[in-house]
Amino acid sequence: METIIQIDKLTKRFPVGNGEFTALKDIKLAFRKGEFTGFVGPSGSGKTTLLNIIGSLDTPTEGEVSVLGQDVARLTHRQSAQLRNQHLGFIFQTYNLFPVYTVFENVEFALLLQHIPAADRRKAVMDALEWVGLADKAGSKPAQLSGGEGQRVAIARAMVKRPAIMLADEPTANLDSKNSHHILQTMKQLNKELNTTFLFATHDEKVMGYLNRIIYLEDGKVVKDEAVVAQGMP
Amino acid sequence: MLAIKLAIKNILGAGLRTFLNIAVLSFAFVVIIWHNGVIDGWNRQARRDTIEWEIGQGQLWLPGYDPLDYLSYQDAHAPLTEVINGLVAQEQLAPILLTQASIFPQGRMQGAVLKGIPPQQSLLKIPTALLEGQDGEAPALIGKRMAESINMKTGDKLLIRWRDKNGAFDALEATIVGVFNCNVPTIDGGQIWLPLEQLRTMLAMPGEATMLVAGKEYTGGDMAPWEFKGQSFLLSDLDMIIQSKKGGGAVIYGLLFIIALLAIFDTQVLSIFRRQKEIGTYIALGMTRWQVVGIFTVEGTVYSILAILLGALYGTPLLLYLSKVGWAMPSGSTDMGISIAERIYPVYGAGLIGFTVVLVVLAATVVSFLPARKIARLNPTDALKGKIQ
Repeated sequence: METIIQIDKLTKRFPVGNGEFTALKDIKLAFRKGEFTGFVGPSGSGKTTLLNIIGSLDTPTEGEVSVLGQDVARLTHRQSAQLRNQHLGFIFQTYNLFPVYTVFENVEFALLLQHIPAADRRKAVMDALEWVGLADKAGSKPAQLSGGEGQRVAIARAMVKRPAIMLADEPTANLDSKNSHHILQTMKQLNKELNTTFLFATHDEKVMGYLNRIIYLEDGKVVKDEAVVAQGMP
Repeated sequence: MLAIKLAIKNILGAGLRTFLNIAVLSFAFVVIIWHNGVIDGWNRQARRDTIEWEIGQGQLWLPGYDPLDYLSYQDAHAPLTEVINGLVAQEQLAPILLTQASIFPQGRMQGAVLKGIPPQQSLLKIPTALLEGQDGEAPALIGKRMAESINMKTGDKLLIRWRDKNGAFDALEATIVGVFNCNVPTIDGGQIWLPLEQLRTMLAMPGEATMLVAGKEYTGGDMAPWEFKGQSFLLSDLDMIIQSKKGGGAVIYGLLFIIALLAIFDTQVLSIFRRQKEIGTYIALGMTRWQVVGIFTVEGTVYSILAILLGALYGTPLLLYLSKVGWAMPSGSTDMGISIAERIYPVYGAGLIGFTVVLVVLAATVVSFLPARKIARLNPTDALKGKIQ
């Protein structure tokens, strides 16, 4: 399996008042294609910061982070936007759907940025919505959806462009147990069928049950990195 | 194209906020066009009336003649040459003789200017024909403003006293044979129109005139010592007044416009605060910061375009109606010293509308861009969390 993310001696510090807060300290990690991995740890342990840097939404203070062979610290705004648009999919805790767009338009958005022809766009969007079981909600607005449906739309939006890497920040935090398992099964299926790499930031045990690899973070450091056997739905 | 598409979706999806913005901006748009239309309509009406009632296609003045200096009337008169008399007979020129006089309406003395004009002339719209065929009495014609100021009407008698060219005082009792209504105060207030021949006799200036009004047929030529003054010269004062009116009006509609633009500016500033998550999501999904700035800027432009469409929707019938019924000027405005009709009919030129459209679109785009620039400095990870930055 090829390594698609390589993290070497990553440190991230944020200015706080007159001082600095170290969110990540000397992280060394590598991820191969098709992993279903989670960063687990308490609040403030650096999970989201790590995801943001891998997603080229933030840059390292020290060290090197290479995503699909591109050093995120050296990318221009345009190049990092292109990396996110072409190869990365984001799933957020609060779904972050555009409230004025329909479900179809929300999912279509990433493809609009790729200038894909309308007919191809339409097919890809409907396929993605079929995949998450929401084809009948294509004309609905996000406000008309339940929490689980909203997160499934977010997954469809992330997967519609067939990204190599999906970054999911607490994707089940706002969902009940049934919806959480539904979402996780959808993502697991995506991981298996398309060999998409999934990286989660989570402290939800339901999520941990699906992971193949768990990286424990504490105070910005990796304290444990272990391969696990996914158990799935209890 | 993408920015336009997204901007349209965003602002149509914003509902009432969008409607309020475009309503305010469209109101400013319509008022600007209407106000400029009124000024342009007034300008055209004032120029037309001044040409038709006072200056014709131009005037021939004697050296030293100054219409605003009554003392210049004493010396600025000369006999008409044969050539000029020929042109007068062909109705290419109309001679006018001026002098100062005193009048005694209701027994009170007041200054006035006597103007002699051929009753049969047709170059000016003054109804001088009323001065014809009034044998046995001294006919006089006055304007509405003069009639109101001296409290006289048709048929009333008015005592006039003047000095002839030798300095001898004389007086007569004239009969007001008509009161004409015109928008040009400079041929009305403080002026009494008499038959030219009668005034020549009164002043002992046979065959003389102070100035000549040129008609459409007038072709010019060497008229020395008379100097030709064209319309651009004679209308320069009026043009200056119109310009100053435009300037004053621009302040008013500028304020209105600023209020409308402030609404857009406020909306954009608020949007950038309220839509932090959306901005962060745009960036996470692969937009550059400047592409997001583009969306927010284009939103302002789309506001202005929608405002123009809305303005056209209710403004077109409204402005057309106002151009038909006109705008009644307040009664006091006829004494302002410039030509103002009792009712001004706005004129909306293509240039005015085109300029206003461009102004509204550009200004709305600029006021949207100013707050939107901040997006370029936003931290996307904080934006995704909805943190106010």
